[in-house]
Amino acid sequence: MGVIHVTDRSGQRHTLEALEGWRVMEIIRDWGLPLEGLCGGACECATCHVYVAEEWLSKLHPPSEEEEDQLDTVVTRPNSRLSCQIIWTPALDGLEVTLAPTGS
Amino acid sequence: MTDHIETDVVIIGAGPVGLFAVFELGLLDIRCHVIDILPKVGGQCAELYPEKPIYDIPGFPMITGQGLVDNLMAQIEPFHPTFHLNQMVESIETLGTPEAPLFRVKTAEGETTFTCKSILIAAGGGSFQPKKPPIDQIEAYEGTGVFYAVRHMEMFRDKRILIVGGGDSALDWTVNLQPLAKRLTLLHRRDAFRAAPHTVEKMRALVAAGAMDLHLGQVSALKGPAPVLEGVTVRKDDGSTFDIACDVMLPFFGLTMKLGPIADWGLNLHENLIPVDTEKFETNVPGIFAIGDINTYPGKLKLILSGFHEGALAAQKVHRYVYPEKKLLFQYTTSSTSLQKKLGVAA
Ligand SMILES: Cc1cc2nc3c(=O)[nH]c(=O)nc-3n(C[C@H](O)[C@H](O)[C@H](O)COP(=O)(O)OP(=O)(O)OC[C@H]3O[C@@H](n4cnc5c(N)ncnc54)[C@H](O)[C@@H]3O)c2cc1C
Ligand code: FES
Repeated sequence: MGVIHVTDRSGQRHTLEALEGWRVMEIIRDWGLPLEGLCGGACECATCHVYVAEEWLSKLHPPSEEEEDQLDTVVTRPNSRLSCQIIWTPALDGLEVTLAPTGS
Repeated sequence: MTDHIETDVVIIGAGPVGLFAVFELGLLDIRCHVIDILPKVGGQCAELYPEKPIYDIPGFPMITGQGLVDNLMAQIEPFHPTFHLNQMVESIETLGTPEAPLFRVKTAEGETTFTCKSILIAAGGGSFQPKKPPIDQIEAYEGTGVFYAVRHMEMFRDKRILIVGGGDSALDWTVNLQPLAKRLTLLHRRDAFRAAPHTVEKMRALVAAGAMDLHLGQVSALKGPAPVLEGVTVRKDDGSTFDIACDVMLPFFGLTMKLGPIADWGLNLHENLIPVDTEKFETNVPGIFAIGDINTYPGKLKLILSGFHEGALAAQKVHRYVYPEKKLLFQYTTSSTSLQKKLGVAA
């Protein structure tokens, strides 16, 4: 067990308990924060887009070609990732992410 | 011009569940028309994962999303359903009584109206609509400076066009609009494109010949007194910015699913899903059914399999509305000559 910190779109920071093997997308959704995750983690929708805090970026697997392709469908920043492509392990205890804005 | 069509059933949504419902209705001699906002049939299977394998369709250890759609189309061929693609169902009007329902269904801009005795809503996660990039004020320019689709190419003649994106739509329109644009610029977040290699090559050749511009970066702001677009500010990965002058911007960021007008049809909704009973998958309005991903009931699983089952049961009740005087006999396709005749396979 460990936690992740998620800043929502209104700027409020939430500390959520994380479970090993869960996708960060699933953890965020499970706690009821407004993250759509339309495709259920299949890397097909980019509605789970988050910004990862600078100091955590290098601790993640770099995005796959498939993830980059999906990131093309939203407006990104250099620290953009799809939260369904980040599997939580204790090495990510304290991970800090911010929900990206959704289009209307 | 408005077309008017009379039929037994209108199916809203040409995803796998709407398609299979055509089959179940067809076996019961019920005619139907199928409407979808997308230009092609297949719903999520065809749009989101055409090449991904599905492993949980009974009888198919493995089949791709598009493969399943192709097979469904072959299976419903004997019933000659009519498809109305590129059309969004906007409104449903109740004309009949609960015992003898009758409905009027209208598509966007009143392009087509239908009168029918039952409606099957097989709208899945909602209608597919273009993704709008989250850029401040973008709505203020929509329809004048910002377009998510090209309906008439002529509208863009002699304009400074900015196309944003790296997929097939972005690249296809780049190549198609370049000859008539005053100047065309393609903007993408990285120097890799998801589009057909042949189209990417064409675009690269145009850039090499100086006939268009290619920039890497992302739009951070729109410029000009809305609704008149004069240009955009682009932010590069290193944080620096620059401006591109343009009269129109065409962002092609793919599609997303939105509930859309379904919310206004007077149906009970629970978290954007339509509650139904599990005997006939009817909504709170007699004669309107909801099957597939769009419905909800205790124990609901959002699986293609479940949607097929729901369509079969809904069809039984639809039969009562369409043929109130006829008794429905339960028959197997393996042994019933009358069913086999309908399928065109009886000797
Ligand atoms: C990546 C991914 C993988 C999946 N893998 C599996 C799997 O392995 N097994 C499985 O069983 N399921 C899987 N699913 C789920 C499966 O795709 C859905 O359960 C299925 O597509 C639901 O079918 P449907 O016909 O109900 O809706 P959809 O496929 O969503 O089709 C609905 C259609 O209705 C149209 N529509 C909606 N509203 C309107 C309107 N107002 N006017 C006109 N048209 C409208 C939409 O444009 C759409 O084409 C997967 C889904 C995804 C995204
Ligand atoms: S949930 Fe769809 S891409 Fe992550």
